[in-house]
Amino acid sequence: MLPAAHDDPFAQFKVTFFEECSELLADMEQHLADLESGSYENETLHAIFRAVHSIKAGAGAFSFSRLVTFSHKFEYLLDELRTGKLTADDGLVETLFRSFDILSDLVGFAQNGEAPDEDYGQGALDQISGYLNGETVTAAAASADEPEANIPEASIPVESAEAASEAAGQSPDADKNGLKHFRIEFTPREAMYRHANEPLLIIRELKDLGKTETTIDTSRLPALHIMEPEDAYFSWVFDLWTEYGRDEVDEVFEFVIDDCDLTIVTLDDNNNVVEVDVSPGLDSGEDSGFGFFVSDDKLSAGEVSDAPPAEAVAEKTASGLVVEPDVKKASVSATPEGAVQKPAAPAAAGPGAAPKASSIRVDVDRVDRLVNMVGELVITQSMLAQEVENSTIPPTDRVFTGMDELSTHIRDLQEDVMSIRMQPVKSVFSRMPRIVRDVSKKLGKKVKLITEGESTEVDKTVIEELADPLTHMIRNSLDHGLETPAERLEAGKTEEGSIRLSAEHRGGRIVIEIADDGRGINREKVLHLAREKGVVSEDATLSNNEIDNLIFAPGFSTADEVTDLSGRGVGMDVVRRNIQTLGGRVSVHSQPGAGTRFQLTLPLTLAVLDGMIVSVAGEKFVVPISSILETVRPPEDDVERMVDGSCVVRIRGEYIPVVPTARVFNFAGGEQDPSKGLVILAETEGGRVVGLLVDELSGQQQVVIKSLETNYKAVQGIASATILGNGSVCLILDVDALAKMPALIPAGTMNSNIHKNMAAQVAAE
Amino acid sequence: MGKRIMAVDDSKTMRDMVSFTLKGAGYDVLVADDGVNALSALVGEDVDLIITDVNMPNMNGIELVQKLRSDPRFRATPILILTTESDDSLKQQGRAAGATGWIVKPFVPEKLLKVVNKVCA
Repeated sequence: MLPAAHDDPFAQFKVTFFEECSELLADMEQHLADLESGSYENETLHAIFRAVHSIKAGAGAFSFSRLVTFSHKFEYLLDELRTGKLTADDGLVETLFRSFDILSDLVGFAQNGEAPDEDYGQGALDQISGYLNGETVTAAAASADEPEANIPEASIPVESAEAASEAAGQSPDADKNGLKHFRIEFTPREAMYRHANEPLLIIRELKDLGKTETTIDTSRLPALHIMEPEDAYFSWVFDLWTEYGRDEVDEVFEFVIDDCDLTIVTLDDNNNVVEVDVSPGLDSGEDSGFGFFVSDDKLSAGEVSDAPPAEAVAEKTASGLVVEPDVKKASVSATPEGAVQKPAAPAAAGPGAAPKASSIRVDVDRVDRLVNMVGELVITQSMLAQEVENSTIPPTDRVFTGMDELSTHIRDLQEDVMSIRMQPVKSVFSRMPRIVRDVSKKLGKKVKLITEGESTEVDKTVIEELADPLTHMIRNSLDHGLETPAERLEAGKTEEGSIRLSAEHRGGRIVIEIADDGRGINREKVLHLAREKGVVSEDATLSNNEIDNLIFAPGFSTADEVTDLSGRGVGMDVVRRNIQTLGGRVSVHSQPGAGTRFQLTLPLTLAVLDGMIVSVAGEKFVVPISSILETVRPPEDDVERMVDGSCVVRIRGEYIPVVPTARVFNFAGGEQDPSKGLVILAETEGGRVVGLLVDELSGQQQVVIKSLETNYKAVQGIASATILGNGSVCLILDVDALAKMPALIPAGTMNSNIHKNMAAQVAAE
Repeated sequence: MGKRIMAVDDSKTMRDMVSFTLKGAGYDVLVADDGVNALSALVGEDVDLIITDVNMPNMNGIELVQKLRSDPRFRATPILILTTESDDSLKQQGRAAGATGWIVKPFVPEKLLKVVNKVCA
């Protein structure tokens, strides 16, 4: 990190800057959406303004000139808006969105070190100018109009001013020592102390410039009893012989210039006055990038004396140019001069800094390494625990209490480490209003997006992977689900449709729902298409829910004409696959005429899960505890065998299909009879309950998830793998997939003891 | 122990840059991300200089200066406001509130140090 500081001392902060930019942009997008929906407060405008402002400030620091230029103008527009000079009508909001896009792109360009085309963003700039010109014909618009073009112009007066004063100081001043002689009369006013300026520091600074002779005038000092401790009573006269020029002298007084009476004269060696200047204004000096306050009453006077009145208007712009020239100067000069200050920096910037900082930014890589290491620690710990368990150490030994504590601590540690990676889903949700806005506009539909549970936290990886599927599903709802205003009115609905996007934690997983109040899935059409495309066979009888879920079948699309919105060559099948890769499930529930609801459930983290270790035909498997409801050994009477050889068990009056785990995996042996083995009642994503038939339970353990797909290949019925305490690899069962897998039924196990209607009932599930 | 400076800015980038520069010059730096947090961080903490951004949520720099100036502990503490060139009126407000001076963003390290040394050498 440090070597990067070679050329630019601030280079190392670029990473922070871009991270900050993406956060600011995300917030901004949200705020813009609020603005558009009309549900905004003044603070919304301020927040948008601040975001652009911060981006500009940072961009300036890193010399991203295009970004500075654009954000400067954007900021100006926003300022007009937040101060009420402009109103956020539709057109303006459109411009804001457009500018937002350009701003995002420019940030991207800067980040990638690319240079956008010359005229990039010009359209948006023109729009902004239009607004500024339309509303404010005066200086404001003019100054915002051509920030870039102004840069060279501005640097000219600065340089010429320098040159002029240089010349003025030097030519008549060729005294024998080559030193210039200034006489400075300095009388602070009370305001100077009120602004916490300290004359002693000024005197010290003057002394640093050269040789001084100081006279202090204490004549105004009153008697002690009437003295106001905070008033100003002293004045000074300094004679300064220095090799420095007038600018440096002026600079000493920069902060106090308007809080004091100051006269600086240049004397020749015969003490004749060569140049007099009373209270020089700021702009006559070097363009310093900092300064003192010009009091209101003196503002006009100061400006008039230093700049021609005509330039007063341009003043704002001129000072704005501090940004560019200054930064350039810095990058050139920083190497030799900056080096003086640099060496101390790395050491001092170390830990112990910023005791009040409420958050720190850490590389995701580091967190990942930490998560990994903790995962390994968990494995080692459980291995150790097992060793101790199997050893001859007496149970009273302190080793056992130690192991207990270790396990508690490791668990806590793991939870804490995991929580580092957790982030609210807000970062993804906040992108959706924009999509809804754009898409609904294109489709001519009126849509209101309602988001709930934005603060629900989930692993960062999950969040990142969530954006695409969510976007697609929202698009889908907009495109296929919601009707046009006319259609809605006809159906007796309100003109404006709604999409509800919500997130909540449920049973150790995050559940995200996208529900619209549109027309629902057209089952006839779906079924027809599915048959046509051979997704289902002609004679298949499907439940309504099964038909609805056909939209996730590969290559399925019901749009009569492919719009440029949903028809991007990506179907819902891709969505489902993406979600499944994350260990999640997606399902759809639809009510014709009333709406469609997509439900997404995802694990909170991709790194660990609480597992129940079970044995099936001598093999060990892990069943995620989050899906286990209870474990039963049903009495023989409660077991019903179906015609096809499968079983159901009756639990409190409900029939639960049994998944004969051993048979599903085609293992030899393993318990086949639910009344002799154990039935784990597990809930699938769709809320269905199935019973997994296993031989026995062998304990509960938190396991670190290792992807089977990356290490081996995907296996149906298996979600992933893990390593147990004893070092053996163990597979984690995929309850949902198992529930759907056909058991390999040995012939001749048919049982006549069945009820036809029950079979029908189970099948319907 | 060197002098202590509090840097207040809602932008992490700016906070980092200010504190990096100042620490490099041997200053002890406290940071806060808005006026409210700055005030609470300053409870029981003495500083020799406060550098604050103007545009911040919750409590902006101007209000912060006003609050600090009304606290006897900070009446004589130099306060610099960090501002961009477009904030002329803010500079005036800053002055009225009692700030000591301003620094224009973006700044280069030398400049910042120069100004800081100027008000708290």
